[in-house]
Amino acid sequence: MFKIAIASGKGGTGKTFVATNIFYTLMSNQIDAVLVDCDAEAPNAVAFFDVKLNSAIEVTHLVPVIDTNKCTFCGKCHEYCNYNAIFMLPPSKIINVIEDLCHGCGACSVACDYDAISEKPFPLGNVTSYSYNNSYSLIEARMNIGVMSPVSVIKAAIKQIKVQTGITVLDSPPGTSCPFIQTVEQSDYVILVTEPTPFGLSDLRQSVETLKAINKKFGVIINRAGLGNTRVQEYLDDENIPLLLEIPYKKEIAELYSTGKLVSESDPFFGQQLLAVVENILKQNGNSNNKR
Amino acid sequence: MEIAIISGKGGTGKSSISAAFATLNGNVVLADCDVDAANLFLIFSPVHEEEIVYISGHKAVINYDLCTGCGLCINYCRFDAISDKKDKVIISEISCDGCFLCSRICPENAINMIPNDKSRLYSGSFRNGRMVYGRLAPGEENSGKLVNMVREKAKQTAKENGIGTIILDGPPGIGCPVISTITGVDKVVIVTEPTISGLHDMKRTVGIVKKFNLPAYLIINKCDINISMGRQIEDWCVQNGITIAGQLPFDRIITEAMIQSKSITEFNPEHEISNKIKIIWKKILNQKK
Repeated sequence: MFKIAIASGKGGTGKTFVATNIFYTLMSNQIDAVLVDCDAEAPNAVAFFDVKLNSAIEVTHLVPVIDTNKCTFCGKCHEYCNYNAIFMLPPSKIINVIEDLCHGCGACSVACDYDAISEKPFPLGNVTSYSYNNSYSLIEARMNIGVMSPVSVIKAAIKQIKVQTGITVLDSPPGTSCPFIQTVEQSDYVILVTEPTPFGLSDLRQSVETLKAINKKFGVIINRAGLGNTRVQEYLDDENIPLLLEIPYKKEIAELYSTGKLVSESDPFFGQQLLAVVENILKQNGNSNNKR
Repeated sequence: MEIAIISGKGGTGKSSISAAFATLNGNVVLADCDVDAANLFLIFSPVHEEEIVYISGHKAVINYDLCTGCGLCINYCRFDAISDKKDKVIISEISCDGCFLCSRICPENAINMIPNDKSRLYSGSFRNGRMVYGRLAPGEENSGKLVNMVREKAKQTAKENGIGTIILDGPPGIGCPVISTITGVDKVVIVTEPTISGLHDMKRTVGIVKKFNLPAYLIINKCDINISMGRQIEDWCVQNGITIAGQLPFDRIITEAMIQSKSITEFNPEHEISNKIKIIWKKILNQKK
């Protein structure tokens, strides 16, 4: 299996647009493909396909439950907790777990010398698998509203990939912090989607620095080409970064996308361009195909 | 008054609209809370007056002179960050959550916790007041703590300079950094676009705003991309008690202004979009909570 992550520093540059169209193109060319929507805070990819629900799992982590009858208010759990998730007022014999802040590390349970801490599961989100065209092929990570970090749900979604062959497309969350790293770390190649604007370039630079630091192979797709200026192309030239494709800015594309339609479905030429991008990536990076 | 601009979906135009709001009034404090992809400094080139180091958690590092390879830490770690590879215990920097547990239970005291100290908070002045922004180092945890620092600094700056309005440009998504951006603000402005993704993410954003009981205003940006989707959004807002502050059409002039390092209202004050933004801003400022 070869995993391609579609990512961008800046939000709204067209990650999901590229990911869904690549997935559709692969499927319609009889290439085995899985699409994993790792943008657990704002998952949108499934809406573009006529899917059937396969299975859903709840992602949880363990949070402490403190038995105040056994608790001596010694404060050791509070000291061990690095997330300020245990609130304590010893004189009033008050000790509370702030579940929203807990990262589920289990340090408090280890700290407690009085057997006063047990644990219970706390829901973080869901990972749902769907089939499309009768094949088991779409996985969505969806974080619950109010949960602080999407990382656990993203990890769980990537674990749900059951196939060993074909191509997996990971639709990454925006930015360059933990959720992005968790996603791209799992990939064999990263496609960065950017737009030719000052904001697009600034965030692209940050993504490039991050991917270089973790030794990932990557290339760039410029979306909405022609909208801004040519500074992104100049930057790619200077840095010797492969420009995989330029998708011109057209109002029709934005209109189609807005209704949840796939451009590659109505425009076979666009599909062929994306297929060529993927084939080139495989040709140049095929060695890592059998890594896992 | 603190006003936060957020969106759920990225790229709906939060920063361009924040930049316009920040250049309409007299003095404001502008705080860029999108610490993972800060962009407003590109428009305003603020003069830095202060740079503060931000520690975004810690990473566990093994001292192999002391490690006996017993593997106890592997059993305790709940983030799958520690593994045994070729008779050597290895900690994945990417998966480590910085909880300190491994360093506490190691019988040889062989694990050190190293602070992540590459992130920064900057404050200074820009042409329409004061500016505060954070820059999270790549790969670090965006826990919202840096956002809290940005907001604290913004409040302090506002007080010191007698500025009444603080504009917070928020991050995308609905996780911790967004929650930190909106907690306790006076008003929240949600910027969406009439697309199937925009609508979906807007609903999740409203979910988080309602959880905190905050007065929310909606702007439908690029409203002419899909008029009927725009109506769906309007209907949904009416049913759910969200005030629509206004709608803005798509125009390349937004990008042109950005290229010239100007807000749209500075670049072309009499443009249709500028005029609409002025009306929206008045509405948001003047409406009682």
